[in-house]
Amino acid sequence: MAWFKRSEKNISTENPKHDVPDGMWIKCDECGEMMHKKQWEANSYTCIKCGYHFRIGSEEYFSLLFDEGSFKEYDRKMKSVDTLKFTDSKPYDKRIEETIKKTELYDALRWGTGEINKLPAVICAMDFAFIGGSMGSVLGEKISRAIDKCLKNRTPLIIISSSGGARMMEGGISLMQLAKISTRLAKLADEKIPYISLITNPTTGGASASFAMQGDLNIAEPNALIGFAGPRVIKQATGKDLPKGFQRSDFVLEHGFLDLIVDRKNMKEKLAQLLNLLAK
Amino acid sequence: MALEFEKPILDLEQKIDEMRKMSDSLDISDEINRLESKVNELRRNVFDNLTPWQIVQLARHPNRPYTLDYIYLMTENFVELHGDRNFRDDKAVVGGFATLGDQTVMLIGQQKGRDTKSNLYRNFGMMNPEGYRKALRLMKLAEKFDKPVITLLDTPGAYPGIEAEERGQAEAIARNLIEMSRLKVPMIVVVIGEGASGGALGIGIGDRILMLKYCWYSVISPESCSSILWRSWDFKEQAADALKLTANDLLKLGIIDRIVDEPSGGAHRNHQEAAHMLKAALLEELDTVSKIKKDKLLDNRIKKFEKMGFWKD
Ligand SMILES: [Zn+2]
Repeated sequence: MAWFKRSEKNISTENPKHDVPDGMWIKCDECGEMMHKKQWEANSYTCIKCGYHFRIGSEEYFSLLFDEGSFKEYDRKMKSVDTLKFTDSKPYDKRIEETIKKTELYDALRWGTGEINKLPAVICAMDFAFIGGSMGSVLGEKISRAIDKCLKNRTPLIIISSSGGARMMEGGISLMQLAKISTRLAKLADEKIPYISLITNPTTGGASASFAMQGDLNIAEPNALIGFAGPRVIKQATGKDLPKGFQRSDFVLEHGFLDLIVDRKNMKEKLAQLLNLLAK
Repeated sequence: MALEFEKPILDLEQKIDEMRKMSDSLDISDEINRLESKVNELRRNVFDNLTPWQIVQLARHPNRPYTLDYIYLMTENFVELHGDRNFRDDKAVVGGFATLGDQTVMLIGQQKGRDTKSNLYRNFGMMNPEGYRKALRLMKLAEKFDKPVITLLDTPGAYPGIEAEERGQAEAIARNLIEMSRLKVPMIVVVIGEGASGGALGIGIGDRILMLKYCWYSVISPESCSSILWRSWDFKEQAADALKLTANDLLKLGIIDRIVDEPSGGAHRNHQEAAHMLKAALLEELDTVSKIKKDKLLDNRIKKFEKMGFWKD
């Protein structure tokens, strides 16, 4: 359950301040198209030419999906504790403090309440920029509290995943967050409150082996990498070449694990439509 | 096969054996006694001061008892049940009803092989999606007939294969996590060897989590952790330290509930005794959890995992 793959472009331990680049002109990673930032933003951070979905963070998703002014964030400053005193190239608590400074985020997930076309919803959104979207205690506790809010107000839950897996620096505790979240989601399911999993690029390891695949509806953005093991690990373990499109959204849908693939530009409307169908 | 740190002990034991054979013709019983107390002290010294990496090695010891060994040594009437009723029978996981003490239980566990051939057959204890679905089918079967479930964890991880991904490895594990958290029968989990990450947790949610003394359980293997965080395979010992993956560590962290003792020198030195110790612990735990009312049992299960984690508000 590694949370990053060094071989892949755009994924590194030295993350930029935000996933959203600075400067007025944006170059598409996929086709090379140059776009003005305003154009790109108006296109929900996708390429105006090829439709490539740039990786974005929680802030962008909250503003794309929630009605203007409806978003209220909870537990924003909750942060990790270095219980294991874990040190690799640097101590974990130092890594956390540095990442907080660099990203202006406190952990790899934020959550809040708001409205989607006037329908109340709770959204948890992950930030890959924070230590590769790795899942630790803070993520587990935040999702648990978000679910409590859903249970209390009978509000639908949406979790937007973007994760390389569990956070190694929290050892077994990070693994137990999968169990913690799953037991809470089971409760939500028993209460018949909808849970929509929105899967974005990339979602592998612990996130995919728990909440990302536990939705009443599993929805992915186009061409997202979705799987249990990362491609590099599979290649290493099997010695085989991976088929074209392996573990991408289309592949995962064709194998039966996604309900639908939705373009980010249509995501809000589609979510509202589904929530309406379930509510009426 | 012997591990490096076992060798001095085994050498001395062998010497004692040889002397015993000679003792028919020679009176060397004093010498034998002296060596015996020496080997006991040596064993105590080594095993009281094991490093996390040495514990990882013991957990992987090729002579260690595996799931089927424990099942045959602890229970009677075991009937192995096969298949996920969907795709095929995953040989990396075994399960079935058996009599433990005087009651019927469902036992499910990852199964390793002892040699190349059996390891290939068992896929080294690495389950595919159909394995997780088979385990879930058996858990549901136990629930239907109100029998407690005992799972035995011993896996280097869920299998990272192309077909495993095609058949939804992530979904299979994710579904088990949800279903195990609301299965309406007592569930006891025991780590009997390696507890590697989501592959282990995929059959590892329960009311009581037990762990044998010389096992490891964590989010990643020390080797993989080393390769990712230290960018080299050479830091597995540091990684094993850092991950806090031993039974003692996990008990302190509240991840497991109980450590089950192993025979002197490790479970691989005496399968019979190891099974006896585990059986005694299981009977105690079953007795305790069986007394809890069903509603309360599920509430407690949720609360147990709810508490896990450390954060600052
Ligand atoms: Zn493009």
